[in-house]
Amino acid sequence: MSAVGWTPSEREQERVRVRRSIRRRSVLLASTATVVVLGLLVVGLVASPGWDRFRETFLSWPDAKESFPDIARGFWLNVKMFLVAEPLILLLGGAVAIVRSTVSPLLTPLRLLAVLYTDFFRGVPTILVVFLFAFGIPALQLQGVPTDLAVLGTAALVLSYGAYVAEVIRAGIESVHPSQVASAEALGLSRGQAMRFVVLPQGVRRVVPPLMNDFVSLQKDTALVGAVGVFESLFAAQDYGNFNFNYTPYLVTAAFFVALTIPLARFTDWMGRRMMEKERGSR
Amino acid sequence: MSALLEVSGVRKCYGEKVVLDDVSLTVEPHDVICLIGSSGSGKSTLLRCLNLLEDIDDGVIRFEGEEISDPRIDARDVRKRIGMVFQAYNLFPHLTVLENCTLAPRQVHGVRRADAEARAQELLARFGLADQAAKHPDKLSGGQQQRAALVRALCTHPTLLLLDEITAALDPELVGEVLEIVRAEAEAGMTMVLATHEMAFAREVATKVCFLDQGRILEQGLPSEIFSNPREERTRQFLRRVL
Repeated sequence: MSAVGWTPSEREQERVRVRRSIRRRSVLLASTATVVVLGLLVVGLVASPGWDRFRETFLSWPDAKESFPDIARGFWLNVKMFLVAEPLILLLGGAVAIVRSTVSPLLTPLRLLAVLYTDFFRGVPTILVVFLFAFGIPALQLQGVPTDLAVLGTAALVLSYGAYVAEVIRAGIESVHPSQVASAEALGLSRGQAMRFVVLPQGVRRVVPPLMNDFVSLQKDTALVGAVGVFESLFAAQDYGNFNFNYTPYLVTAAFFVALTIPLARFTDWMGRRMMEKERGSR
Repeated sequence: MSALLEVSGVRKCYGEKVVLDDVSLTVEPHDVICLIGSSGSGKSTLLRCLNLLEDIDDGVIRFEGEEISDPRIDARDVRKRIGMVFQAYNLFPHLTVLENCTLAPRQVHGVRRADAEARAQELLARFGLADQAAKHPDKLSGGQQQRAALVRALCTHPTLLLLDEITAALDPELVGEVLEIVRAEAEAGMTMVLATHEMAFAREVATKVCFLDQGRILEQGLPSEIFSNPREERTRQFLRRVL
């Protein structure tokens, strides 16, 4: 019964050869198609009428070098805002989602508040929320409330993204079949325990890909805080460009963001795949 | 008459584990082949290999005179001619029963909507599902769902029907209504290969019974031979447990 005492038949060996050649052919086809498409894109770009002018203003190596340190410093601020905002968003979004999924009559006002919160913050453009926070909160002259624009901007991002994430997590919670709650309750678990040990783990796992999607998006939207004059990378690039009449720093900034989001996107893909394999088995 | 399906020396492994070992089987037109054996003996895997849901690791499968285990063969072209019904029904929950039944005829076989629906309605009516056509599968009972799944498989006029333990997930009282259809199809001359635990049914309908054990067809023959006078000790043990 073991795999040891078996030699593939003549037919099987030929089949393996054929499979290999089919695979070789598809790899070749994929490579050719990729090269052709990329080549056409490059030709199309270089052959455009304004290409020389474009190269001067967007692809100037000295300007890229000169603006690099400022942009890098600014980008570090983007990363910090992102790292601070992300866990807060998860907490806020999770809390709002759980509140919206409760059924207790006592919690009705809280549920109402949660609905208002998500409706409002999903409806208002994120950049507007940033403006409101950065200019509105200092104007209130409240005691003990920070006036640092980066902090206020990050708070705006947290509230705005918290609303999206809350809805994503709620979708996950609602996707868990009611029979799961029933069987948890049949074991004597309370509603809260059922949520914590049975529903939430399954629900959140299902929405990890869209959650990661939101976080990739958040990474980029930290640049919105630059609109109120915080020296993050995009604002640094704008500052340089306005002073030197050269837009190369924009591309430098773009490169920074891409360098950060691509690994996160691959990580997301990998995690999604791994989870699917774990839950579905090999078939 | 040449065989409809010819399986010879088929081997299938998952990693180190050998699931099918030197399996050979001939299916003539209008045959009803019952695969019996305990769970994990390879019945389902064999069926999945037959319509190319699984690649085999050795051996040859010929269908309608053509070797379908050749990697150059278009699997979809083969599956167009083979119907399959699964243990868990696998109806599409987002489509109505009628849409489930007309999906493949319309999208794969290019049948006009009206014709596909007429064919589906006729089969649904014959199998007692005329009033369920507009419903979604989850609204139906298990037996009704499995009958709908059978109709879905029959709508494309397959020359061979593969049934993978189609009554295993059903309540005992619902088994009968599904087997009734299979029996009717068998009498109408449909060629079938089915994995089943329903021994009485196999004895009654099968033209040939194959006993699988640890990935091998240990014994095959007429149902009267296998059930009354099995040659192998393992077959005898198995039959004692299930009968």
